Amino acid sequence: MNDFQYIRINIEEQIAVIELNRPHVLNALNRNMVMELVQAMEMHDRDDDVRVIVLTGRGRAFAAGADIDEMASDDSITLELLNQFADWDRLALIKKPTIAAVHGFALGGGFELALCCDLLFASETAEFAFPEVNIGVMPGAGGTQRLTKLIGKTKALEWLWTGERMSAKEAYELGIVNRVVAPELLLEETMRFARKLAKQPPLSVRFIKEAVHKAVDYSIYEGMQFERKNFYLLFSSEDQKEGMRAFIEKRKPHFQGR
Amino acid sequence: MYETIRYEVRDRVAWLTLHRPDKLNAFTEQMNKEIIAALKQVSVDEEVRCLVITGAGRSFCSGEDLGGVTEEMNHGEVLRTRYAPMMKLLHRLEKPVVAAVNGVAAGAGMSLALACDFRLASEKASFIEAFIHVGLIPDAGNLYYLPRLVGHAKALELAVFGEKITAKDAKEIGLVTSVIPEHLWDEEVHRFAQRLANMPTKAIGLIKRYLRESWNCTFEDYLEKEAHGQRIAGLTEDHQEGVRAFFEKRQPVFKGK
Repeated sequence: MNDFQYIRINIEEQIAVIELNRPHVLNALNRNMVMELVQAMEMHDRDDDVRVIVLTGRGRAFAAGADIDEMASDDSITLELLNQFADWDRLALIKKPTIAAVHGFALGGGFELALCCDLLFASETAEFAFPEVNIGVMPGAGGTQRLTKLIGKTKALEWLWTGERMSAKEAYELGIVNRVVAPELLLEETMRFARKLAKQPPLSVRFIKEAVHKAVDYSIYEGMQFERKNFYLLFSSEDQKEGMRAFIEKRKPHFQGR
Repeated sequence: MYETIRYEVRDRVAWLTLHRPDKLNAFTEQMNKEIIAALKQVSVDEEVRCLVITGAGRSFCSGEDLGGVTEEMNHGEVLRTRYAPMMKLLHRLEKPVVAAVNGVAAGAGMSLALACDFRLASEKASFIEAFIHVGLIPDAGNLYYLPRLVGHAKALELAVFGEKITAKDAKEIGLVTSVIPEHLWDEEVHRFAQRLANMPTKAIGLIKRYLRESWNCTFEDYLEKEAHGQRIAGLTEDHQEGVRAFFEKRQPVFKGK
């Protein structure tokens, strides 16, 4: 498992912590790092011993953008043929809950990576930005789409056009960030929440995630139909029976993810 | 290295002296920049556990150097580019900061003193909200800090009339921690700074952080923040040392970690 070059993984109490591990370049994302990240995420998604995935950055930053050197000489056709963003599409298909713990910079691709996660915990000193515009390009791994879905067209355009830094507090007020935490306690508080989440019935958590993600794209009618199917589906699970039995017997349920 | 200020670290205390005595230590763009550089040094230098800001000569700081003010000047831009970065750094500095107000603190010079955690005033010191006399409003964070220190009504009075506040009056309205007789000035300032430099620095930084937070959140949110603050303090070496010293019935020796 530790044959990854650009990331580090630690699993404790059913929580997989994936750490971006290129601290000397503030975890700038290169293609191999994203590839490793996708592999690790998919591996944990199928691992029964993992219930929550936490993503963080080693060193002073979460991830300060993409590796510019790597793409400086690319042209339209090499990029189309390389199809690097296909890896990012796979990140969006992870079924287990993912939490980004962001400290320092989350810039460009780093910000997009944070936005790929379901929840976002940020240090008080974290800063977010899409600075792509300042070097004559634009976000390519979902920035314009995910940010707009989250905060609306008006606000998204302002941040994407100016490339200015967004403080953790601003990100919180815009609904991008779940919690703003003292820098000293970022990981501790993220893990505290992750442990709570890991104790929830995994199938409920899984189907809720799926339904909420559909809500972002579907019409309300289709979304309601989808939700209903997932609701029915949970009645085939052991955890549903255990949960309801425990409720009637006034005791704590013991969920097994089946 | 610096031209408009002096900066030195002695016995864990950083001394930042505004040094344009012939101009009553008035701010220039260069001085703003040099103060910013010095504040950055203070924040990263682990050895420094207290900062003292004072003025060379007979005044603390007379505010913006009016010699540089022109008709075309955009006052908003000056604040954005020169003063705001300096005041933000000072605001975020998680170490105790003492203004040793040796003489007049006028205009932005008074703002600088207000942004510090403690103000020690020499008998000769005075504060003046000079802005109104040239038809301007107190800036460089002045109106943010002032009501928090002396209350809304008094702040308004001081800002609108811009009258000279003597050291004695400043003490009375809670603007300064203490007034120090001239002949004891150096000794008392050093003693005060040294005392702070020997304290649990991290805890002082956290007190500053959460006291500041208290102005911006509900009581319920504050209690959660407080739990975070105490968790952080509880992990420091100084906390361990404090508890150990208590049981061993001796004076604690804090390291600021």
